[in-house]
Amino acid sequence: MLQINNLHVALEDEDKQILKGVTLTVPAGQVHAIMGPNGSGKSTLSYVLSGRGGYEVTEGQATLEGHDLLEMEPEERAAAGLFLAFQYPVEIPGVGNMTFLRTAVNAQRKVRGEAELSAGEFLKLVRERAKALDIDAEMLKRPVNVGFSGGEKKRNEILQMAMLEPRMCILDETDSGLDVDAMRLVAQGVNALRAPDRSFLVITHYQRLLDHIVPDVVHIMNDGRIVKSGGPELALEVEQNGYADILAEVADA
Amino acid sequence: MPEAALIQSPAVQGAPRLSPAAQQLQARLAATPRPRANATDAARTDALDRLGAQGLPGPRHEYWRYSDPAPFNTPAPDPIALDAAAGDPTLFADVDKLRLVFVDGHFDAAASDELSLAGVEIAPLSQADAQADHWVGDAYGALEKQGQSPVARPFAALNTAIATDGAVIRVTGRAAKPVQILYRRSDPAADVAIHHVLRLEEGADLTLLENGLVGARGNIVIEADLAPGAQLHHVAAHRAGVPRVSNIHLFGRVADGASLKSFALSVDGRHMRTESVIELLGDDAVAHVACAMLGDGTSVHQDDTVFITHTGLRGESRQVFKKVLKNGATGVFQGKILVRPGAQKTDGYQISQALLLDENSQFLAKPELEIYADDVKCSHGSTTGALDETALFYLRSRGVPRERAVVLLVLSFLADALEEVEDETLRAEIADRLEEWLTARAKG
Repeated sequence: MLQINNLHVALEDEDKQILKGVTLTVPAGQVHAIMGPNGSGKSTLSYVLSGRGGYEVTEGQATLEGHDLLEMEPEERAAAGLFLAFQYPVEIPGVGNMTFLRTAVNAQRKVRGEAELSAGEFLKLVRERAKALDIDAEMLKRPVNVGFSGGEKKRNEILQMAMLEPRMCILDETDSGLDVDAMRLVAQGVNALRAPDRSFLVITHYQRLLDHIVPDVVHIMNDGRIVKSGGPELALEVEQNGYADILAEVADA
Repeated sequence: MPEAALIQSPAVQGAPRLSPAAQQLQARLAATPRPRANATDAARTDALDRLGAQGLPGPRHEYWRYSDPAPFNTPAPDPIALDAAAGDPTLFADVDKLRLVFVDGHFDAAASDELSLAGVEIAPLSQADAQADHWVGDAYGALEKQGQSPVARPFAALNTAIATDGAVIRVTGRAAKPVQILYRRSDPAADVAIHHVLRLEEGADLTLLENGLVGARGNIVIEADLAPGAQLHHVAAHRAGVPRVSNIHLFGRVADGASLKSFALSVDGRHMRTESVIELLGDDAVAHVACAMLGDGTSVHQDDTVFITHTGLRGESRQVFKKVLKNGATGVFQGKILVRPGAQKTDGYQISQALLLDENSQFLAKPELEIYADDVKCSHGSTTGALDETALFYLRSRGVPRERAVVLLVLSFLADALEEVEDETLRAEIADRLEEWLTARAKG
């Protein structure tokens, strides 16, 4: 599904290398987690894959189902099936959540040559999916993320994901700022979307989220590289011993 | 104002030599003669005298620092082809209303609805003026004259002197439906001066819609006198991508517990200046003025100049001005709140914001507060910025194409100004028009 090969990325404005050769493959149907200390480049990886400006790819490739991601505009990447759940979802006053969702869904359908959803079809679908995430009609009517609590914003991200039905979902610290109940709700939403033709890349600081969204593979990222990969037990190791032990062990090897 | 000091009244016998400014005024007046008047005759003479004393503003006049008065000073405007645009005839088409049509500054009875509406007395100025004892004789020019202090507004005085027509409206109750003033053009070179007089009696309630194209050059004055508890909702849409020159004045006087709310949608005025001069005279009076403006192109220059005076107790004033500028357009905002001695518990708010969609456009803002009471709440803010790149990326990352994302973010920027339109149907219609225009202009 997602293939990243020797990806090097620098900040555009300053001479600073953030990613220094990330290589990673996420096969269809799998959930991969990326953990790592602050500043290791996890969020940068998610931004570069989804096409945010301000970064310069100096080396390497990233493809989604064989398509060169790095050549595409952000909206083309979305239409190709990529989705990023933001760590800090953006508030857009004056634009209704429903309008936003419908615009996004239909824009993607149009690019893929599918018919646009009618107002009725869309409404039915959004109500059904919102209900599963405990998002009420009031939240759907409000402007995008305006006045939403931290938990509501994250649930709204998952709702967008459920509506857009992407192939490759990247979750950037979706657990940050969530209480235990909200995390469970978000994890349920994600798990409901797990499918043989859909993959996930879950970026997190803590093992806790991975109790709810159980990954197939856990990667440890440090200083712009994947330094270690393993099964779910690797996340537990981080939780118990911190990153220092793992990083020391990698350095020794 | 050195040019004003030099002016001799043209009427003075044997004036040795006219200054260039006075010559300019004479040429301006000669091009648009004063119409025959009856009820308003004295007011027109008075306005002409005042104008003679003030003179037309020159480019160095402080109040005209950001907007060149020259296009208003010339004897005649540049003609504008009639097919340039019809002037948005369909806006407010679905609203149940009473419509008054003015063509090149003259009331068109055949195109207008029958002037009969419960709670409202309504007549064209040209007809009301013919009756020597009509109440409009006392009202006409009264608020305009008052609004000349402390800042001179010569084009408003000019309008009072030469206006050919307008709507004279007295509201005694709750108007059963909105009154629409629709401007049309038939002469490509029409130089129009039109003057509306509104009198809202105690507890009266009126929604006034105003749209269309006034002329190649338009000079509009609205005087609105609100008795205690009266409510005026004014929604103007000076829309259509026609390069026109216009100068608009709204003079308002708001009595105890009365409320004047004015919203304007402004698109692509080549040289457009709107002055809102409102006094909250009574206690607990309310005045809101707002504008959503879009300008595309170097020829666009749009100026909002506001002067709110708080005289009564506990007055509430709000100014919300939002301008979206691209391809070299210029937006201007001069907004002042004056709190007179004794106007305690005043709540004055002012925000002016510009969204620059490129580096060639500019926004010039001069917010002012002048406060002579010690127990008031007044705030003002002004910002100029570009599109929020993070928000743009957020929308695009959901598959919304860049052009569409920009439209959504511009609408988001304008939302606060649109909120000032209380009626939901009107607000939705204006939002739809904005979206259409933005979508059509999204490329480039």
